Amino acid sequence: MGQSEDKVQEMAEETLDSREEDLPHETDKNKQENGPSGPILLFFIAGLIISLLIGWVIFPKLLYSQKKQPIDFNHAFHMQEVDNGCESCHFFRDDGSFAGVPKNEQCISCHEEVLGESPNETILVEEYISKDREVPWLIYSKQPDCVFFSHAAHVKMADMECSTCHGPVGESTHLKDYEENRISGYSRDIWGNAISGLKKHSWDRMKMDDCAACHKEAAGGKTTERSPQLFFDLLSKVFPNAATPQKTEACFVCHK
Amino acid sequence: MKIDRRSFLSFVIGGAAGTTLSPLPWKLMDDAAIWTQTWPWTPVPEDGAVTHVKSTCTLCPGGCGISVRLIDDRPVKIEGLEGHPINKGGLCMLGLSGLQFLYGPSRVRCPMKRVGKRGEGKWEKISWEDAIALVAQTLDGLRSTNESHALSCISGSDYGTVPALFRRFFDVYGSVNFIRMPSIDDSYELVFKLMQGMMEASAGFDMENTDFVLSFGSGLFEGWGSPVRMFGANSLWKKTGVKVVQIEPRLSNTAALSDRWIPINPGTEAVLALGLAHVIIQNSLYNNDFIHNYTYGFENWKRVVVNEYSPENVEKITGIPQNVIYSLAKDFTGAKKPLAICGKGQGVHPGSASEFMAVHALNALAGSIDSEGGVWAVEKQNYIQWPDVGKDSIAEAGVRKDRVDGAGAENYPYVRYLPSRFIEIIQSAKESPVKVLFVHGANPYYSLPDSSSVRNAFEKIPFIVSFSPYMDETALHSDLILPDHVYLERYEEVLRARSFHRPIIGLSRPVIKPQFATKHSGDVIISLARKMGGYISHAFPWESYEQCLQETMGDKWAALQENGFWADETFKPSGWKNTVKAQMVKCDFSYNELFSLPHFCIMGIKREDPIYPLSLIPYDSTRLSSGFIGSPPFVIKTLEDTVLKGKDMFIEIHPDTAETYGLAEGRRVILKTPKGELTVRVHLFEGILPNVVAVPRGLGHTGYDIYLAGKGANANELIGAFEDPVSGHDGAWGIAAQLRKA
Ligand code: SF4
Repeated sequence: MGQSEDKVQEMAEETLDSREEDLPHETDKNKQENGPSGPILLFFIAGLIISLLIGWVIFPKLLYSQKKQPIDFNHAFHMQEVDNGCESCHFFRDDGSFAGVPKNEQCISCHEEVLGESPNETILVEEYISKDREVPWLIYSKQPDCVFFSHAAHVKMADMECSTCHGPVGESTHLKDYEENRISGYSRDIWGNAISGLKKHSWDRMKMDDCAACHKEAAGGKTTERSPQLFFDLLSKVFPNAATPQKTEACFVCHK
Repeated sequence: MKIDRRSFLSFVIGGAAGTTLSPLPWKLMDDAAIWTQTWPWTPVPEDGAVTHVKSTCTLCPGGCGISVRLIDDRPVKIEGLEGHPINKGGLCMLGLSGLQFLYGPSRVRCPMKRVGKRGEGKWEKISWEDAIALVAQTLDGLRSTNESHALSCISGSDYGTVPALFRRFFDVYGSVNFIRMPSIDDSYELVFKLMQGMMEASAGFDMENTDFVLSFGSGLFEGWGSPVRMFGANSLWKKTGVKVVQIEPRLSNTAALSDRWIPINPGTEAVLALGLAHVIIQNSLYNNDFIHNYTYGFENWKRVVVNEYSPENVEKITGIPQNVIYSLAKDFTGAKKPLAICGKGQGVHPGSASEFMAVHALNALAGSIDSEGGVWAVEKQNYIQWPDVGKDSIAEAGVRKDRVDGAGAENYPYVRYLPSRFIEIIQSAKESPVKVLFVHGANPYYSLPDSSSVRNAFEKIPFIVSFSPYMDETALHSDLILPDHVYLERYEEVLRARSFHRPIIGLSRPVIKPQFATKHSGDVIISLARKMGGYISHAFPWESYEQCLQETMGDKWAALQENGFWADETFKPSGWKNTVKAQMVKCDFSYNELFSLPHFCIMGIKREDPIYPLSLIPYDSTRLSSGFIGSPPFVIKTLEDTVLKGKDMFIEIHPDTAETYGLAEGRRVILKTPKGELTVRVHLFEGILPNVVAVPRGLGHTGYDIYLAGKGANANELIGAFEDPVSGHDGAWGIAAQLRKA
């Protein structure tokens, strides 16, 4: 702070003092003695640290609410029981659309009655299957309705692994808590567990940038089979009369 | 340490810097953006397996095939059924909005018993068991005093198994008073009966193969027959250059889409048809082969037509210049496969028998009966062959009584149902001859002409049972509602697609489980019969309606299940060139006395009536359904501001008429007829004849839901029934009216 500024400040304070005469002059003196920059810097640092703490630690805690899944499903166990990997339950329908989370209709083929000892299975059979109610699973990867995503294009045509986007869910023995974003209503897994938005694995985040990064990489020449262009090439072979967008990065390719 | 302003500011700055370096603002911004895309009220379609169920639309008599798209178990869209002979994958606005009848608020959710005054809307929910017991008890009461004939039913249709169950019930219970709602089917049935000696035949039109359409006011693109088929035929006509001539007093959509619009004085269409016949006969333009080999009584008829319907006379009555009459007659007979059609608007009204017969005679002159591109008589399909199980003495006595409406008796020998007369007899009687009225698949309280008479008649009937799935006006004024499922929740075969020229049966089937505690009316009748016991119960051996339908359809059931319809694609009419069956199509002109001029009086009201100087005509539109089904919200939204604005309904008048009365666009007026008056607003329209007032049909509901009730006014408040001198049907095409500023 320059001298002239100090003067201005002093003058201003004098004006203040002259009006509030009962104020002790000591404070002013103390200030003068300690110099102006010390406490100010301290306050600045305090503000900085507190806000960093809020932003990095408290905010994420407040932002998400924790919800338990209705049934603690054991993926690893079921993987041993089925022949066709993930697709045994998360299958493609006859029309090529992806069924997503299984419905009672699929579970019932094995779990019409309680088979084992697991309390989770009992919940499934007694609370849902026998009452003809669907299990209200909370879906970690649920995207807003405006997002168009074709599983077939990625899994069938570009031969990608489920875990590339979903991670090694098949190896898990428990379902983690579903952390719901209180503002947007979507799962924490979309933004990613790290509030910084940084990721280590390809499945850590499911935001648009992550789609774009992968598509960019694919289009960059290394692995063209992941390119959306390829998808549209294939599309135009199947539907020769369909209008194929010129630029595959166009918004409406993924956004309805 | 004192926190002064400087420290505070630096704290804030530090905080701001820290916040910027934390994910908070960026994450919040992102979440807020997503939040704005996911308002809780934004409808988000459920994700799930897509399936389609083939069914048949029953929202109008068109009989279109539909394919209902489901996501998991939930119907989400109604599409036209590809390859269906009638609609070929197309669908009309009403058909598209069908889901609003399923999910909308107009439904009656369980049986209800009236507790307040009639029409007050106070109901008590009762169980199905109690409801059926109540009806059974009331009906037993009538039988105990030998009054079984005092049971009556107004039904939307008399084709197919559901009406047949009702009729069977009536038969074993002991009443003949089953009545079908009016429509052009009545008039075409009459034409085939009188002119071709056929019973209960319906008219089919080979629209796709004709090359000249002469329409006497039929709203081809307003909902006549199957509107979707007509739209399809129209695109075909445009491609192949088929000419369409529309004769009506108002520039309707049909008139606008046709090649030639000929405005005519309202109600004089039959005179024009006979004028055309005059020119055709005088110039020997008729089909000699047909007239001489396959008709009776032509010479007598010819004499009347030649003497009384010269173009000069016809011009005076119809307002159509003679040269137009000449050219029209030539164009019509000059075409290879001309077709004349009639039945005004959507055809919800029988109209004048003379008009239908005159138009049929035109087709006969052109040889367009039972020929390619012409009008075909489609005979009734007799697949319902339920064994007769006999009845008790009360029922025997009951069915020997005369019908309340007099149809088929001495004065009305040619017709089967006279709903307007039925209403008139009840309302003018001291004590209603009808003690219990069932109403099924119809909304007579709203749709029959002369609303005030209908109200009076309803008031006099002691017990009214509505089977409506919706809280329509009839249900509102009933004593007990036994709500049916809506068409997407129930089985029924759909017979006789109106105006279709081949035998066809559609299957309307459940695409979703019943949403509420409603019950199929067929099952209600079966349960009621069971409850009543004796012969009545014996007549209904089926466990359920579904079983009854399946057994009745016999070998057609498989095709119905598989395709959603059964059609006799190879059907050809008996054909007048086919000498073996020529007897069937002999066209009888001997009813010539029906064609003499005096019958064309204007509903008993003289034309130059100083009190009512204007002619009022109702008009139909595809955007308004005027039958049993009220327009759903999607459809009501499409009405122009010149038809309905807010709650105000507009009537159309010519600018010259407006000038005479000093009315500007949008002016509020009182429209009065001998039957009633309404406050409406005027829309000035050059497409209507001066001194004619056009009123939209299908508005002014008080029932259904908030999207329909209270909007506009009901044209039936103004229009009365006029007994046709030939048939006894309601022959009124409109009414005389007066206008004054409100
Ligand atoms: S025309 Fe009639 S039957 Fe056909 S879709 Fe429309 S409402 Fe349904």
